[in-house]
Amino acid sequence: MASIRLSVNGKINTIDVGLDTPLLWVLRDTLELTGTKYGCGMGLCGACTVHLDGEAVRSCQTPLKSALTKRVTTIEGLSSNRSHPVQKAWIAEQVPQCGYCQPGQIMQAAVLLAKKPHPSRNEIDQAMNGNICRCATYQRIRRAIQRAAEGERHET
Amino acid sequence: MRLNSEFDRRSFCKFGAALIVEFCVPLRGRAQTSGPETGLRANAWVTISADDKIVVITEIPEMGQGTRTADVMMLADELEADWATIGVEQAPTLPEIYKHLHTGGSGGTEATWMPMRRAGAQARELLVTAAAERWNVARTECRAENGTIVHSATGRHFRYGELVGTASKLPVPPLDEVPLKDRPNFRFIGKSMPRVDTPAKVDGSAIFGIDVRVPEMLYAVIARCPYFGGDLASCDDAAAKRQPGVRAVFRVPPIGFTIVAPDVGRNINVAAGVAVVAASTWAAIQGRNALKLDWRKGPGAEESTATLRKALQSQATAPASVVVMDRGDTRKVLQQSAKKIEAEYELPFQSHATMEPMNATVHVRQDGTIEVWSPTQIPEITQSEIAALAGVSPDRVTVHTTLSGGSFGRRYQFDYAAEAWQIAKKMKVPVKLLWTREDDMQHDFYRQYCLQRLSGSLDEGGKIIAWAHRMVSTPIRSVFDSAESLKDPKQVASQEVPEAPFPYQVSYYRMDYAPVHSVVPRAWWRSVSSSLTAFATESFMDELAHRAAIDPCEFRLKNLNGDQGRNTQKYRAVLELAADKSGWGKPLPKGGGRGIACYMFGETCVAHVAEVFVDAAGSLKLQRIVSAVDCGLAVNPDSVRAQIESGINYALTPILSGEITVKEGTVEQSNFHDYQVLRMTNAPDIEVHIVPQGKEPGNGVGESGVPPVAPAVANAIFTATRIRVRRLPVDTNLLRRS
Repeated sequence: MASIRLSVNGKINTIDVGLDTPLLWVLRDTLELTGTKYGCGMGLCGACTVHLDGEAVRSCQTPLKSALTKRVTTIEGLSSNRSHPVQKAWIAEQVPQCGYCQPGQIMQAAVLLAKKPHPSRNEIDQAMNGNICRCATYQRIRRAIQRAAEGERHET
Repeated sequence: MRLNSEFDRRSFCKFGAALIVEFCVPLRGRAQTSGPETGLRANAWVTISADDKIVVITEIPEMGQGTRTADVMMLADELEADWATIGVEQAPTLPEIYKHLHTGGSGGTEATWMPMRRAGAQARELLVTAAAERWNVARTECRAENGTIVHSATGRHFRYGELVGTASKLPVPPLDEVPLKDRPNFRFIGKSMPRVDTPAKVDGSAIFGIDVRVPEMLYAVIARCPYFGGDLASCDDAAAKRQPGVRAVFRVPPIGFTIVAPDVGRNINVAAGVAVVAASTWAAIQGRNALKLDWRKGPGAEESTATLRKALQSQATAPASVVVMDRGDTRKVLQQSAKKIEAEYELPFQSHATMEPMNATVHVRQDGTIEVWSPTQIPEITQSEIAALAGVSPDRVTVHTTLSGGSFGRRYQFDYAAEAWQIAKKMKVPVKLLWTREDDMQHDFYRQYCLQRLSGSLDEGGKIIAWAHRMVSTPIRSVFDSAESLKDPKQVASQEVPEAPFPYQVSYYRMDYAPVHSVVPRAWWRSVSSSLTAFATESFMDELAHRAAIDPCEFRLKNLNGDQGRNTQKYRAVLELAADKSGWGKPLPKGGGRGIACYMFGETCVAHVAEVFVDAAGSLKLQRIVSAVDCGLAVNPDSVRAQIESGINYALTPILSGEITVKEGTVEQSNFHDYQVLRMTNAPDIEVHIVPQGKEPGNGVGESGVPPVAPAVANAIFTATRIRVRRLPVDTNLLRRS
């Protein structure tokens, strides 16, 4: 294994990890960024969602080698001080219960709104359908995304 | 808002020996200044520092249900605290001081209602006395107000932080004698307050069990015997040991697998397995993948869902093992009835499938002390049981309770902590054991598999004459109890039959039980047997209503047993409120139908109205669920709504898609592709209405939303299609009408 450079949340890290290691475990075990969660290891639940050059990806299905030339953003890097509109909306709607899946939900929602600032309910449901919440805060997630979208509208 | 992650992080940094060793709590006598800072530790639950920061110690483990916030609200209200100055810490495992280090049965808020208020009031009284001394005025001239003590006559005030030195030297008034506020004066209780754990849960800083990191820690996974009660036949670990990062591979023996050894009698079931310990989680998983293993099938080699169904069906008509109640000769009356109605309802095993899989970190130190970091509902039981396994006294074991990524009853077990202890005692360094999703789904303690047979008869006016209910299930108690205890059939049946009194007026009533043996571990799944019995009884009520040609809501109201006092009032109130808010009786577009159901879980009564649409092809769409809940005083109404929403959604997985099946004594499902849980596209709109009643919290709301969902949906499907669903998950092929 050679030293590898990986850009996470605007910071270049030099790490010594096998190139086939899923990005999820590099983030969690090597870089100690534990906000990104393990849920299924098969890309079925979305708990591990991070941004790769602004696209939402499942980090459990993303080998380290495919992230090397890209910018990785995790929940820790989404904003400083919980100031991203999605995080603010999540607080306003009191979305989290156990909270375990919420970093993944928030990262998924942030990409949805970046691409489609005013999604319909159906578009929200489709975009978020890969993210499981067992406390099942789905109704509040829907409302929070709508609220974040409304906020964008007010600001423009 | 200062209720934020800094506090959680700070407290987490203090995790470890320091907090525990330094923790010295005066139960009586003089208040003490805490640690190196100047501050007032008024009692075991609240510390106030000179800079006005208040730290509240909460006992009930937080797993998403919101009890931590309710606890802070109750204490802060009596303390007259400034909400913006409050932080929160999880109580350490000192069970002689902290008596509520567990949560189950939705009893958290009810259990801490008085203790947290008294703790806040005790601190407030100390501060009032301190201010009165400093001003040299009578106590009665001083009042507490939003983090200050005010001298009413002059308007002078002290911030709480200014009083901690004086207050620390005062004698502490007894907890059970401190005056408590009257309800009209509550500032936080009864109002929707933001959860104290929300900020850390939206920025990734919340620490769950899986996130624990301690120095020199290694990572482990276990390859477990997939056959319940089976064992390891052979293991070739050469390739596993060659995997980069793998440090050790060794066998872990089964513990207390009561199905095999029913005399163990301890609440613990650990499968036989092979542990792989490595420098990272991924290395451990890769090591496990490289193991070549053969397993011996256990006593369940012939057991499958099909064989279990056959056994359940046979037991549905066999003699009962326990007659829970038989008022009159119900069976005889039913036999002679011309208008007898019978139906059987079947519910398969269900997994808890918490988002955070089971995990625990354990350090067995050379001096024999043991530290456990665990997401758990039962810190003090984990402490005492790990101590028992290790042969040390419980005070040698410290359990650090982390946030839990969901529990739903699953974390009322400590099997995963026991496994981690088995590995850690060999490794000498701290070890974090992670269960992969596959481990979690295949080694759960599942909801019981059951078949229920109901018989009833009606009079000409639509009143119920007789009602007989046979419950057949794979009982929970036989997973845990000793063989001696299981000789008592009543003990075996104790968690399989309804706890609440039958709410309807019937002349003849019989409830009885018959068990079916299974190797599949079962335990408490959100609302336990209530989710089973509610489906059968409230579906059957609907069948009787339609037979009597009476509106199902009216039929329930008409048949409510008026002799049950407050309970009758609760049922009536939630049924009427849910019906009113849902537009019950108003027409729906083609394919639409509404169904109603109600259930009492503990003291909390809930009614749901489900609104569904079924098209000619059998496609089922859940449009809306309108819920009414009477839970006594709602300490945090928005949190009550959140829990009912969560209970409804959680109950929808077994209705729409979730099913655990068994083959050759092993679970067939392994991940979210074949155990399909509710996702957003199928999540209906939900409205929750709270009956404004009660002076005190009732029996909580974590589980109460679950039981009436399945019958409400099944009853709505019947209204829409005239097809009766008696087995879940719904087979939509049966709903096809074209």
